[in-house]
Amino acid sequence: MALLEIKNLTKTYESDGVRTEALKEASFVIEPGEFVAIMGPSGSGKSTLMQILGLLDRATSGQYVLAGEDVTTLTDDELALLRNERIGFVFQSFNLLPRTSVFENVELPLLYASKLPGDAKTRVDAALLAVSMDHRAQYFSNQLSGGEKQRVAIARALVNNPDIIFADEPTGNLDSKSGLQVMKILQRLNNEGKTIVLVTHETATAEHASRILRMLDGALVSDEKVSARRNALDATDLIK
Amino acid sequence: MKITGPLRIAYNSLLTAKLRFFLTVLGIIIGVAAVIMVMGIGASAQGLVLSQVKKVGSDLIAVLPGASQEDGPPASAFGIVTTTFTNSDLEKLRERRYAPHLKVVSGYVSGSATLESKRESYEVSYQGVSPDMIAVESLDLEAGRFFLAEEETDLSRVIVLGATRAKEFFPNGDAVGQTMKLNDLPFQVVGVLSERGSTAFSNPDTLVYVPLVTAQKLLLGINYLNFARAKVDDVANIERSRSDVEALLRQEHDLEDGEENDFSVRSTAAALGILTSITNILKYFLIAIASLSLLVGGVGIMNSMLISVSQRVREIGLRKAVGARPHHIIMQFLIESVFITLCGGILGIIFGVGLTYVASIVIVKLGYEWEFLVPLASIFLGLGVSFVIGLVFGVYPAIKASRVSAMEALRNE
Repeated sequence: MALLEIKNLTKTYESDGVRTEALKEASFVIEPGEFVAIMGPSGSGKSTLMQILGLLDRATSGQYVLAGEDVTTLTDDELALLRNERIGFVFQSFNLLPRTSVFENVELPLLYASKLPGDAKTRVDAALLAVSMDHRAQYFSNQLSGGEKQRVAIARALVNNPDIIFADEPTGNLDSKSGLQVMKILQRLNNEGKTIVLVTHETATAEHASRILRMLDGALVSDEKVSARRNALDATDLIK
Repeated sequence: MKITGPLRIAYNSLLTAKLRFFLTVLGIIIGVAAVIMVMGIGASAQGLVLSQVKKVGSDLIAVLPGASQEDGPPASAFGIVTTTFTNSDLEKLRERRYAPHLKVVSGYVSGSATLESKRESYEVSYQGVSPDMIAVESLDLEAGRFFLAEEETDLSRVIVLGATRAKEFFPNGDAVGQTMKLNDLPFQVVGVLSERGSTAFSNPDTLVYVPLVTAQKLLLGINYLNFARAKVDDVANIERSRSDVEALLRQEHDLEDGEENDFSVRSTAAALGILTSITNILKYFLIAIASLSLLVGGVGIMNSMLISVSQRVREIGLRKAVGARPHHIIMQFLIESVFITLCGGILGIIFGVGLTYVASIVIVKLGYEWEFLVPLASIFLGLGVSFVIGLVFGVYPAIKASRVSAMEALRNE
């Protein structure tokens, strides 16, 4: 069964009587364990697509099935619960809570689970270990470097053991070395079976994925397997 | 959702912006401190007034000229001079056949004049009283004697000094036998009263006493009484005595049936009730005024919370992205606002109790028998009101926060 399937998904914004089609009839399937990059220039609709796929926004029309469930008819609360249980987010600007420890930042999604898991601490520790940030658990988020912040954000995305991780320009605010580290983590997670959807406008970053969806002016213009996939795990070169 | 999360966020905000936090809760601090002070000082003042009335004795009745409502102040409180209560009424009150339970009765007139000894001269308040006044008021003599029966009416120029006055004029304690001038008239000091402390409405220690008719004729030039007081043989007979006095005076004043009394008969017990209700009204009025600052404080909290919501849009967006539902966000902001107002409330209580204590020290220094009181109810009221303000004024910002769109918030990147 496909993990994610969209059919004829469109998103239209209307402002002051002007209609803008941010997403035009997009259709594709993502299987479990895939590493998909969504590429395109600024304004191509890739962020809109990711927000809809991440259940942060609703499509104007079309169908979206996530893990066998049609999510287009769900209520806001049901979508929030689904985001909590099945989806992890990594953002360009990290979005860590200020004046809050690394541990508490990673713990955040667990606080909004339908039931607080009894092994919350173990899960947070494991997520931090997975991104090699366990030694910074009690640091405050503002005491970390950019690369460390993004690794904490990945740990936060992992803590609920989601089906899929959406990473929106995760290396955009990082230097090349830190960016490479982040891509290493994402590739390793993918190798361990985690489905990853990466949004980027950089070809070099996108080539870490196994498949690239290219967008232009709101339309999906190509869907290709990456023939020469970059391997960050072995990489000695810089991403940028 | 764990409550510690929002509490920690509120606590951290407090630590990182101490001045802003202090200014935000200042209204609550002032409001709660004011409520604590009003209730504490109010309770102490009420206790003082009531204890002073009780000190006079609960077995007293007073007869005042002029009509008044049972539970209202006497006509004299409004500056109305009534001349219908006279010495002949006083004589009738003393006749046991009319009011058999009145043990002792004294008439009173009062005024102020310059009192001079050979060395000192002060403006003093004096009372013209009957010889039985000392028994009516349960006063004791430090030295000498009080007035003799015949001195009430024979225009004797004798004077009895209150304890404080005696010390002022005669620090060596040799007052008795001295001659003093009251309103330029020579008086002989025949006695000095023991120290009593202030009682309801007056302080006998700072007064001087002359015989009733001497005061009326020689000092004031009047032929009526300001009031009379009588001691009843038993507290149980107070109501009966009031009726007796009323019947007697109505007859003496030729009042027709249905005609309003031109006098009032009060008992200490009734005065206690009136004073309690008056001081309660005052207290509640002051609490209501103090509460206004709590309302202002609440608006300040709401303003601060609204600013906080707009500053933390991305945080709210992130929380929603990772699964927070609107009720989680509402709870978080409510907990934060209640935490802030409770902190303000606790600070207000500390300030309020401290200021009440300082006020009590000052009042004691001014010579009053003042008890430092902080009613437990005022502490709970302060905390309760702070909690409710946090809740009420936090609702709108919390709802506003819960409506933040995760997508819009995160798009702000």
